[in-house]
Amino acid sequence: MARTPVFSRRRRSDQIDARDRFPTSDSEVHVLAVDDSLVDRKVIERLLRLTACRVTAVDSGIRALQYLGLQDETNSQVGFDSLKVDMIITDYCMPGMTGYELLKKIKESSTLREIPVVIMSSENVVARIDRCLEEGAEDFIVKPVKLSDVKRLREYMVGDEKTGSEINWMNKRTVRESSCDEASSSPSISSDSSPPSSSPSISSDSSPSSSSPSDSVQSTPSPSEPSSPTSTQSDDGSK
Amino acid sequence: MLGFGADRLRADMNRLLALLFHQGILDEQFLQLQQLEDESSPNFVSEVVNIYFQESERLLKNLRALLIERELTDYKKMGNHLNQLMGSSSSIGANRVRNVCIAFRANSEQNNRAGCLGTLEVLEHEYCYLKSKLHELFQIEQQRVLGAGVRYPMHQN
Repeated sequence: MARTPVFSRRRRSDQIDARDRFPTSDSEVHVLAVDDSLVDRKVIERLLRLTACRVTAVDSGIRALQYLGLQDETNSQVGFDSLKVDMIITDYCMPGMTGYELLKKIKESSTLREIPVVIMSSENVVARIDRCLEEGAEDFIVKPVKLSDVKRLREYMVGDEKTGSEINWMNKRTVRESSCDEASSSPSISSDSSPPSSSPSISSDSSPSSSSPSDSVQSTPSPSEPSSPTSTQSDDGSK
Repeated sequence: MLGFGADRLRADMNRLLALLFHQGILDEQFLQLQQLEDESSPNFVSEVVNIYFQESERLLKNLRALLIERELTDYKKMGNHLNQLMGSSSSIGANRVRNVCIAFRANSEQNNRAGCLGTLEVLEHEYCYLKSKLHELFQIEQQRVLGAGVRYPMHQN
């Protein structure tokens, strides 16, 4: 009887796991993620894990400060060394303490001010971005957060010194403005079984598939994709 | 024969996805979520989407309750709920739901109760449609996985 082809070997090379996508650095980076939305916490957790980070996710600024050991006005870090945080990524709009207020508290603390803080927001408001960056935020990500955004953040976590934070800040704004101008039309999805012509798209090869649902996943790491269209407002009317 | 079934299911899934993208129900963020699935996290998309369903239904219920309140309609609270719904919708690529939230929020900022009621209707409708389509998608996915799983014992001949 003819031997049916074995797909397991091919499958292994096709599928990408976390190690293949981003080689782990010697010391694992620990990120504290702060977001009141459970959906967003799940997504950011996954994105960070895929970039080989250890993630602790909390649902409020208060809890973040508790985790960091900042209680009341004492400003003394009571945390253990193993809980050392290498980066904080926080949502801007949260009930109670906003991400901006959390940022300020962290930058006011002598023990914590060195930790890079990244702000996420669904609103692409220039005044808000400026305010955060002026307060010492390392970067500002417009939601929804993508793998390419988190990849970029690795540079802060590993502690590469850039030429000047001011220059970085200008670069970030330029990148953001140009990416907002890009037309973000619907991605092309091939509705037949031929391979897709452009990315992002659903991979659909015509050979028999294996059991893992990841076959529906594009087999290459995400290239730079156009960001979702967001309206840029020049004044910050809302919180 | 089961191989053909898997192909057909995959084609069905892609057709449905293409339709949802074309209609603007989903945007590229949904694709991004799919790219985050792998062997270590094979059900990531459905897990996140199910959390989204739970959160959204709670928020929609709250929004309706706030609007029923004629005397002191708490538009600020409404805005907060909408921001939450907007954010999570955007995070999973629920493009149309997010856009309706934006329109809804504009109405609530103007304290326009009639406008809010109208957009709430639209929002509930859009959400229901999205939910049913995503369930359809996950069902096809499940069939594909189950169908493919049956094949392997045959290879050991």
